[in-house]
Amino acid sequence: MSLEKFLNQAVSSWMSAEGPDSDIVLSSRVRLARNVRDYKFPIIFSSEEGQKIIESVYRSVEGQHFSTIGSLELLVMDELQPLQKRVLVEKHLISPNLANNSILGACILSENEEVSIMINEEDHIRIQCLYPGLQIAEALKVANEIDDHIEQHVDYAFDENIGYLTSCPTNVGTGLRASVMMHLPGLVLTHQMGRIVPAINQLGLVVRGIYGEGSEALGNIFQISNQITLGKSETDIVEDLESVVAQLIAEERSAREALAKTSNIELEDKVFRSYGVLSNCRIIESKEAANCLSDLRLGIDMGYIKNISKNILNELMILTQPGFLQQYAGGPLRPDERDARRASLIRERLNLEQ
Amino acid sequence: MLCQECNERPATLHFTKIDNGEKTMMHLCQHCAQEKGEAFMLNSAFSINNLLAGLLNFHNHVQQAEKAPVIKKEPLQCEACSMTYQQFIQIGRFGCANCYEAFKEQINPILRRLHSGNGAHNGKIPSRIGGGIHLRKNIETLKQSIQELITREEFEKAAEIRDQIRSLEKQLDLRDEGGN
Repeated sequence: MSLEKFLNQAVSSWMSAEGPDSDIVLSSRVRLARNVRDYKFPIIFSSEEGQKIIESVYRSVEGQHFSTIGSLELLVMDELQPLQKRVLVEKHLISPNLANNSILGACILSENEEVSIMINEEDHIRIQCLYPGLQIAEALKVANEIDDHIEQHVDYAFDENIGYLTSCPTNVGTGLRASVMMHLPGLVLTHQMGRIVPAINQLGLVVRGIYGEGSEALGNIFQISNQITLGKSETDIVEDLESVVAQLIAEERSAREALAKTSNIELEDKVFRSYGVLSNCRIIESKEAANCLSDLRLGIDMGYIKNISKNILNELMILTQPGFLQQYAGGPLRPDERDARRASLIRERLNLEQ
Repeated sequence: MLCQECNERPATLHFTKIDNGEKTMMHLCQHCAQEKGEAFMLNSAFSINNLLAGLLNFHNHVQQAEKAPVIKKEPLQCEACSMTYQQFIQIGRFGCANCYEAFKEQINPILRRLHSGNGAHNGKIPSRIGGGIHLRKNIETLKQSIQELITREEFEKAAEIRDQIRSLEKQLDLRDEGGN
């Protein structure tokens, strides 16, 4: 398969489109957790119950056309190949938990891949909306629209005092998790993340690296999300997150300006070295690729590099994950083969730009 | 870099272990990492689940210590899904929506702790099954504003609000009757 054709199939709109503040905010996501009344939660329900939930949720949205997202398709986890599931996980359309653990799991996916409704994950229903750039409020609006629609046909487990009842007590209340994925190389290079992360934590928000383990953030990409789901309204949760993100954007921009002023030539050198590695490498590990891609994207944002599209970071961070590489190769790959395949995919992708 | 276990194959997996603030690095090849796999998995089991279970357990101990001497009771269990409170503590997940009611006394303080002191839902209400709740919440907010208006001596406005409350209460009555 040619790379161009593969990209057309592989790239979801949230990876390729540009949204507000997309020089720093890569994507915005909203997730609503809901359960059906009088059914046991997925950790202990019977397969009969699980089957009924898939049917009733799918029936509630089947054939519907929602304002912006197009038609919906049902994917049953049991009927997918492991590699297909892995690709859906790497595109952030389903959770690893749904792909690996759930026998009665399913996912209702919108045509443009902006909306995915996970069924029988930890909760019966998880409505997820994923948008490019900073668009949390827009994502919430669409999630609410789908939620209202499902609720017309399905009785939700809801309590007047503690809201939507979820399997895990950390989601009860609104069942809302809102998150943004941010590229913050300026704050990392100026060693400010150590100061910023604890401050954000105190506001009831969580910061973590989205790729890589523990506190390490591969490619300087961080995810910021709300921790509290009970006691605040959906709008308040989204507004609190937006205001912190707005401050982070301002701090990142001023860090980039300061870097340009104080160490312009060093920064330019770093950017072009990484560009050199990406365009010439024959073997590259995911960690090195992530760091070089982050540098390249910073170089594009700061105007050192022209004629390369901005979404290259978003796109290649996902396309160079093991699942995607294997799908592109058309079969399983050993880790060393992956590194070679990753290098050739990146070189080809950069060639498409010229 | 060569794998530090076999010193033959290149190291492709790099582990950072932080133990009591001390950082140790391990560089392994795919093969050796798989062999050592179990040792790593033990450590990575430290997740939100375990943290939550820890929090729930801790709370239990405190309660028991306060209520000495302990009277042996039937194990607390949800009648709808037969999950026991002990099971909930271990997995940190409820078995069904009724568990919230069954373990109410135990979990309400924990909910507050998990959500920064908040214990009451303040967000969306499902429109179809929550119609009555909508009305009651509206009436509550109007009653609060009526008090404010009275203290500011804006009686005309207060009278308007009072009429609004009456009409909402009528709707609520009709609704409840219709439901029966």
